[in-house]
Amino acid sequence: MSELSITLLRFGFLILLWALVLAAIGVLRADLYGTRVTTRGRGRERRKPDNRANKVAAPSRAATGIRTGSISTSSAAVGHLAVVSGPLKGTTIPLGTAPILIGRSPTCTLVIDDDYCSAKHCRIFPEDDGWRIEDLGSTNGTFLDNQRVGDPMPFKRGDQVRLGATTLELRS
Amino acid sequence: MATVSEISVRAGRRSELALMGMAWVIIVLARALVDYNAAYLELDAIAFYGLGAAVLMIAAHFVLDRVAPNADPVMLPAVFTLNGVGIAEIHRIDLAEGTGFATAQITWAALGVATMIAVLLLLRDHRKLRRYTYTAGVVGLILYMLPLVPGLGITINGARIWISALGYSMQPGEFAKIALVVFFAGYLVTNRDTLALAGPKFLGLRFPRPRDMGPLLLVWAAAMLIMVYERDLGASLLFFGIFLGMLYVATQRLSWVLTGMGLFAVGGTMAALTIPHVRSRFDAWLHALDADTYSSGTSEQLVRGLFGMASGGLFGTGLGEGRPDLVPYAESDFIIASLGEELGLTGLMAILTLYLIIVQRAFRASIGVRDGFGKLLASGLGFAMAIQVFIVVGGVTRVIPLTGLTAPFLAYGGSSLLANWIVIALLLRVSDMARRPSEEVA
Repeated sequence: MSELSITLLRFGFLILLWALVLAAIGVLRADLYGTRVTTRGRGRERRKPDNRANKVAAPSRAATGIRTGSISTSSAAVGHLAVVSGPLKGTTIPLGTAPILIGRSPTCTLVIDDDYCSAKHCRIFPEDDGWRIEDLGSTNGTFLDNQRVGDPMPFKRGDQVRLGATTLELRS
Repeated sequence: MATVSEISVRAGRRSELALMGMAWVIIVLARALVDYNAAYLELDAIAFYGLGAAVLMIAAHFVLDRVAPNADPVMLPAVFTLNGVGIAEIHRIDLAEGTGFATAQITWAALGVATMIAVLLLLRDHRKLRRYTYTAGVVGLILYMLPLVPGLGITINGARIWISALGYSMQPGEFAKIALVVFFAGYLVTNRDTLALAGPKFLGLRFPRPRDMGPLLLVWAAAMLIMVYERDLGASLLFFGIFLGMLYVATQRLSWVLTGMGLFAVGGTMAALTIPHVRSRFDAWLHALDADTYSSGTSEQLVRGLFGMASGGLFGTGLGEGRPDLVPYAESDFIIASLGEELGLTGLMAILTLYLIIVQRAFRASIGVRDGFGKLLASGLGFAMAIQVFIVVGGVTRVIPLTGLTAPFLAYGGSSLLANWIVIALLLRVSDMARRPSEEVA
């Protein structure tokens, strides 16, 4: 072998050594594991509300039927309830055939930690072809498009419901 | 309001395999370059060597895949690379001096990998080790004290850290290191609350109460005994450093570390002033380039190592093209200087970064694992590796006095290699637990 190829091999070895080091560091960078803390809440409400509504939420709620993460297209026909503002912003609940109870009580499907919410605030239930919303005698009221809900009212796709600091939207 | 969501961990076994491939190329290329530059290149030998390395690496990979699927993906490639580069450099010094260390080192490396696999297979849960807390403590102390037994211990180069029996010699201190980490982890996880309790406040730091100082003083006394009777500053510093590091992790109090370092500095200074062997090491360190110290032979090795590294420069002379064999013990204590000469600063930095990666992974496993014992075990093993590398490299580059410790995985030495492969097995075991998705944790 010539002098040149020896020199090339000599430097090639050093380059290879560093390539391994950098590749190892690259693997480590892709390997950020553990927990990620996402702050949510009033401070960030102003920014891109629609975008945020589709993002991550508490995974512990996965067991209670509340969906987390992005929405898969397969359930689009069924429809879901999205929290578009308030402390639980970003949470979505798939709508099946069962009624959904919303309030501060831990027995509710959607538990909202808000002083302006009642323990059992309102109920969303399927009837005929669509969904209906009913206030369960809450102190501060449930508002469907700025109209106070009393007896069951039809709850159509795209309608927004406000209870306390929380706004819910029915989506498909 | 904030939510804490867990990110799913990729086990990374495939990345590991890719990194292993790179490590294999480095290992075989290192050996081939050494052979070529010694005009000794035999393709048969290289092929056989490469095949052996591949078998060991693939075996380690598959065992990990089976028994610890979530274990850290970069630890094994880094360790294999260090071991392979070490073997190539030892082989290179063999060729220059006509010794046969490399063959022995290859055997020890194979045994080391086998030991690691055995530990991984036998120890399915690191928490089992906690049952043997005090057993490990006693075993560790006995292992440390073994070289002092008359007739068993032998003195090599002034340090009494070897035992010799049935024609074989070994350094029990390397294994004692592991036993003591297990002991400290088990002891501190039970007693850390007492040690972290209130004490007098001084200079803005809360210092431990005098009556809680017992364990620290005991370990300090043991470290001093090692220094005085085995005349081994390195082992003593390593032993005490591991304890201080783990104590800090357990109590989060800097005052313990400061108190401990103060105690050790006092003890070290006393030893340097009174014990001739330690004193000559200090002399060689502080006045290495004085003509008197050099010609009396005290600092000759150190200075030759420094000149070797200097002649290596930024990119080194190339594997097999320098003269590292001019330094005494170039294959064991001074392998760092040998590599510095032939791979240059660039290569030495890559090697140090590999150590850094191993230590970082140890601490990451420690952060990730959920039980206190595992946390202390992984961080203790990480400290052991980091402090040992610091003592060795610091000694060779004249940052601290030279000691008899060897660079993990690089240097020639069966006990050291075997012990460090066990350390890696334990770290892989803890990291497997740390990276396992939470619902699977028992």
